[in-house]
Amino acid sequence: MLSGITMGQYIPGNSLLHRLDPRTKMFGVLAAAACILTASNWQGFALAALLTVTALMLSELPFRILLGSLKSLWILLAFTFLIQVFFTPGTVMAGLGPLKLTQEGIAAGSDLFLRLAMLILTAFLPTLTTPPIKLTAGLESMISPFKRLGVPAHELALMMTLALRFIPTLMQEAGVVVNAQRSRGAGFASGSPAKWARSLLPLFVPLFTGALRRADDMAVAMEARCYRGGAARTRMRELKFNRTDFLVLVVTLVVLGAAVALKNM
Amino acid sequence: MSSVIKIENLTHIYSTGTPFQVTSLDSISLDIEKGVFFAIIGATGSGKSTLVQHFNGLLTPTSGKVVVCDIDTADKKRRRNLWRRVGLVFQQPEQQLFEETVFDDVAFGPRNMGLDKGEVTARVNEALCLVGLDPLEAAGMSPFRLSGGMRRKAAIAGVLALKPEVLVLDEPTSGLDPQGRRLLMDLIEEFRRNTGVTIILVTHDMEEVALMAEQVAVLDKGRLIMEGKPREIFNRADELNAMGLGVPAPAELMHKLRALGKKVSADVLTTAEAEEEIARLLSLD
Amino acid sequence: MEACEENRIFIEVKDLTYIYNRGKPGEHRALSGVNLTVNEGEFLAVVGPNGSGKSTLARHFNALLKPAGGSVVVGGMDTICPENVWEIRRQVGMVFQNPDSQIVSSLVEEDTAFGAENLGLPSEVVQQRVEEALNLTGLSQYSKHAPHMLSGGQKQRLAIAGVLVMQPSCLVLDEPSSMLDPAGRAELMETLARLNRTMNTTVILVTHIMEEAARADRVAVMSGGRIAFTGTPAEVFSEVSLLESLGLKLPAAAEIASGLRRRGCSLPEGILTIDDLVSYLTRQPY
Repeated sequence: MLSGITMGQYIPGNSLLHRLDPRTKMFGVLAAAACILTASNWQGFALAALLTVTALMLSELPFRILLGSLKSLWILLAFTFLIQVFFTPGTVMAGLGPLKLTQEGIAAGSDLFLRLAMLILTAFLPTLTTPPIKLTAGLESMISPFKRLGVPAHELALMMTLALRFIPTLMQEAGVVVNAQRSRGAGFASGSPAKWARSLLPLFVPLFTGALRRADDMAVAMEARCYRGGAARTRMRELKFNRTDFLVLVVTLVVLGAAVALKNM
Repeated sequence: MSSVIKIENLTHIYSTGTPFQVTSLDSISLDIEKGVFFAIIGATGSGKSTLVQHFNGLLTPTSGKVVVCDIDTADKKRRRNLWRRVGLVFQQPEQQLFEETVFDDVAFGPRNMGLDKGEVTARVNEALCLVGLDPLEAAGMSPFRLSGGMRRKAAIAGVLALKPEVLVLDEPTSGLDPQGRRLLMDLIEEFRRNTGVTIILVTHDMEEVALMAEQVAVLDKGRLIMEGKPREIFNRADELNAMGLGVPAPAELMHKLRALGKKVSADVLTTAEAEEEIARLLSLD
Repeated sequence: MEACEENRIFIEVKDLTYIYNRGKPGEHRALSGVNLTVNEGEFLAVVGPNGSGKSTLARHFNALLKPAGGSVVVGGMDTICPENVWEIRRQVGMVFQNPDSQIVSSLVEEDTAFGAENLGLPSEVVQQRVEEALNLTGLSQYSKHAPHMLSGGQKQRLAIAGVLVMQPSCLVLDEPSSMLDPAGRAELMETLARLNRTMNTTVILVTHIMEEAARADRVAVMSGGRIAFTGTPAEVFSEVSLLESLGLKLPAAAEIASGLRRRGCSLPEGILTIDDLVSYLTRQPY
């Protein structure tokens, strides 16, 4: 019952972004990141902002959910902003002991804050608009060209699929074990580090033995269903680029080109 | 008789305020008397497990009131020690074993109570005997080397060693074979006879309820639908069937015969009683 | 012609012996000299106390385990030959006790597809088989659900759908209902009976619930790594003392019937279910 909303969890929908091939989305995120990070003048910044806002609008997700991804990382955002504001040397506007508020600091802080915020907002779009299974298939397909270099693309994707499948189960199991041990008076956080580590044993030993047993059972069950590696396997839903994907890819490339051009202006 | 657990209008909601909000228990009122053998039945997802976790303060009501051994579980300070008085055996408790030896695992609870060494040893030995494990033989063994049935017994001993006033067992026989089931239920009955401890059994095995329980509560989708003696409850076969629970086979037999117009008593729980009743029916001609 | 078809042997087990941890500490002989045949289209129940070797035997039927002695031949293929293994596993689908440890994907239809994808079938065929399998198990409306949101009975039906996509001729189920509630058990038994009847799927059900065994065509009783007895449910459940000595219970209806016979009532043989008893009693002229 520990299944709250996790950061970036898939929200079903039928927007343009939902319908895109996962590979297009991942390429789009990489392109957006490039635009955001390389922008070096106000034009570049405006382009990056335009790209981010367009992508967010295309997802048709409620504002609340989009902001949710920022909320979960707000400490990081606030921290970087404050460091920049107070520790950038320049024209001092106000002082508070060793802390000096500078004009340059505010500029640098805002700059970094905006870049980070845009990065986070776009980075979560693929996971928010793609079911995990499809995302995994996309990843597998994107890394499969590296198979020749010995990258185990299929195995990595399968590991992801199984991890996705078992995260809810393991969370549930952890909840049960915690409650069961608390029913025998376990306290999970007290005293010295050594004592604290010892107090976690009643939780971790059962979780580990449980996970191992499950892995064992799972291996047998997969073998029983004729699993023998990725070589001869097919997929029920093959990924397919459609016209929208090509269109989005072309637009992304044009924007990327524009970003490079603006940088050199 | 005084009640050991008193529940007034208990509602429990998981993940309040998120899109995943689930009402798991819905305005439940229940009194469990001291020393009684109480069964809670219901299909998977009916809220049984959520309900019993309110009994030792692991969960607290979203609204309503739960008083256990005269302690209101809303009282944070007093709730913290409720585990000493209400022993809770979770489903498949053997999966929670973690110590290197059976002794240490059973001693986990007593040690958390801050008892001295001698008392801990005495309690562990007593608890092992209660579940039918030989302290001399089993105490030094690794729990992971025991057979499935013995592991479960060792885990139950870990709760008995708390010497609770109320013992809650959540589907204690699930996954055991018929012989293992019978042995475990006999142990529980014997424990109760010798100690007078209140037993609360969560199960979906209707035969167990028919044979052992004195009082039964039936949950469906988080609501308390029926409460009464097993004979009264199993008279309502149609309702139980609709909830996906069914009734013990002998009661089902009588129910079907009555539906066909045969004059048999509805007050039948065991195979012996059913046999008696049919013998009477056949000798009428 | 029908009789001939009925007796086509699908699985033949001869003098099967199996030893866990052979030559290592903890060596344990789980099966010793098991002989058994299973006919095509048959519904066989395997019962016996814990540790009698039921699960070990079940895992030989689709070559998850290989005999230490003797042989297991499935559909004419010896499980000892490595080149037969995958065809045997395709033909003999296996469902295990814990539904949670056999679901591989976080989406019902993806999980169902797993076996068919492993066979390397084109995606249209996979989709079609997934649809059929979900239909046969009554899960079509859940195809886009997450498996952990399903009930126990639904999860086990999903496990069955997951093997049906391989179009097996036989299902082996290892105590599939021991973690289910009564409604889940009923769903599962209904699904099995339907597959057996309409698709002529051979079903081998390992169980310790005697009411389930009573619904099979034939029951094999195991004890101490051997087959102690095989016969129709009526034959097996008339061996009251044998079953008792193994710690097994009669189905409640059979127990009531046998008690009545002891009291001198002349009940016919073969009363195994509550419905058998009801229909006998309603035919009596009292």
